Amino acid sequence: MITFFSIAVDAVAYGMALFIICIGLSLMMGLMRVVNLAHGAFAMIGGYLASYATMQLGFGYFAGIALAVLGTVLIALPLEPLLYRRIYGKPELMQVLMTVGIAFAAIGIVNYLMGPTLKTIPLPPILATPVDIGFRNIAGHRLFVIASGIVVVAALWIAIEYTVLGVKLRAAIEKPDMARALGVRTSAYFLGCYVVATALAAFGGAVGAEFLPIEPFYALRYIVTFLVVVSVGGAGSILGSLFACLLLGAIDVTGRYLVPDFGNFFFYLSVILVIFAYPNGLMGRAR
Amino acid sequence: MTMRHPPLSDAALGIWPAYRRDVYGILVVFAASIAGYFMFPDSLALLTRIVSIALLVLSLDLVVGFCGVATLGHAALYGIGAYAAGIVCLRAGITDPFLLVTIGAGAGAGAGLVMGAVLLRTHGLPQLVLSIAFVQLVQEGANKASAYTGGSDGLAGMMPAPIFGMFAFDLWGRSAYLFAIFLLVVVLAILAVVARSPFAMLCRGAKEDPVRVEALGVSIRPVLLRMYAISGAIAGVGGALGMLATQVVGLDGVSFELSANSLVMLALGGVGSLYGALGGTVAFMMVEHMVAAINPFHWMTVIGGLMIGVVLVAPRGLAGGLDDLQRRMFGRNSETRR
Repeated sequence: MITFFSIAVDAVAYGMALFIICIGLSLMMGLMRVVNLAHGAFAMIGGYLASYATMQLGFGYFAGIALAVLGTVLIALPLEPLLYRRIYGKPELMQVLMTVGIAFAAIGIVNYLMGPTLKTIPLPPILATPVDIGFRNIAGHRLFVIASGIVVVAALWIAIEYTVLGVKLRAAIEKPDMARALGVRTSAYFLGCYVVATALAAFGGAVGAEFLPIEPFYALRYIVTFLVVVSVGGAGSILGSLFACLLLGAIDVTGRYLVPDFGNFFFYLSVILVIFAYPNGLMGRAR
Repeated sequence: MTMRHPPLSDAALGIWPAYRRDVYGILVVFAASIAGYFMFPDSLALLTRIVSIALLVLSLDLVVGFCGVATLGHAALYGIGAYAAGIVCLRAGITDPFLLVTIGAGAGAGAGLVMGAVLLRTHGLPQLVLSIAFVQLVQEGANKASAYTGGSDGLAGMMPAPIFGMFAFDLWGRSAYLFAIFLLVVVLAILAVVARSPFAMLCRGAKEDPVRVEALGVSIRPVLLRMYAISGAIAGVGGALGMLATQVVGLDGVSFELSANSLVMLALGGVGSLYGALGGTVAFMMVEHMVAAINPFHWMTVIGGLMIGVVLVAPRGLAGGLDDLQRRMFGRNSETRR
């Protein structure tokens, strides 16, 4: 029972960290129809900036994360008009090529600037100590990640489904010509969607550094996992992504605790089976 | 052509210049590879590896350029060919290089059928993810079946027999490279015929407009599946060649990285053009060889910049860029390639 509980907490926290990173990718792929393989690179940059701000500049954990999100957005912002705008609506191959190129370049530059070693983000005392929730103690950091995930879900859900902004965003994506004719500035909404996706990636990269360690090859190593999550959940679906993250996080963590020998074999097998049965993801909209 | 000749039919007029172009193309490739043999006698191992990877990229071109499949897992077929040839060489005592290449081709074709059957069910993003999951699954499987594959240590100790019993695979890689040129020319000749066949046109048609092709009474999936098997066979030949040349088979042969890199080489050269695939491979691996010698991470930056540049400047790759240049310089429509 004790093992079960600690596995469950770890699995949920890992799933939530995955979700914070992946939901941005899911939005870009589902709403903007861009296969953004550079998403992992933005998460990595977020992790590096958070580590740099806390270790080198002496900021606190929360301020460091805020700076990391801001910094990543500032780095990513010029890339949208320069690079991304050229691949909207282009064939997947072109999108893959351009975004893998961005990821490669990010790996090379980050390694040149920061070196090949693992980077850590020291936890503040409030998160490093276990929290008593009545019948058990949970590591504070796990609790923080889970809470952040819940906030992100709620905020995105409300913003996309229930605000005027969300309505216009969905209109700009579904029928760009009609939306433009009605006076919606579609390119601004695309830029906004891109910024939100990048900010979430940076946030997830920083708070999830305990699960996905920050090192230069982060950008490629985990993009496979992110893509799997998005396509299992169904691109563009918030609840689908949440469900897929929790499910795959549980499979991954449980597998590592209980049957470490099997590695990722059954993970990828189950992914193939799920996509085979549900090509649009568990909760994806049929195209 | 003067008026005294009997008039040729339209079809003959259309096809012969096309074949002539292929004959010239293969001769140029052959001459260039032989020149490489004399110009870089110390880097024959690298040249052989380039040919081996070029076969992988050519086979990738068949599924990407002709079938429109988006795949980031094509190295699975290359690696399966390499493992099949290596395991047979070690276990069954079959050491004849030609037989080993044939076995590699067969294994690749079989794997291509399976992979095609999985991938062709979907399109776009799910297809991309399926291809990644497929190559990761194969890699995990190769890692776990260490009794046969050597796991993460790789497979080593293969002793292929000399070619025709005369030319041993020596330390300098001379016979390996000449064997590689032979395979490359044979594969190019086969592909030149395949690429002009009605079958390949049907594949392209299915890629461009599946609905219309279905309406013509063709069921698409078996057609594309056949192309996938051909592609797998060629990837398997490349893998078997890599095994023969290095006498090592490792997990990196079935990796996501190799799959992604081969896609980059293809896009760099030009999707849908066989010579573009070759040129892209040579350009990519030469730059890799030179920059990676200085610092492997600078290499990542350079190739990343290269990929972004290709998308921005030459979306149809080197071959497409050359076509445009030719058209502009000579003011005539060169043969349409895609």
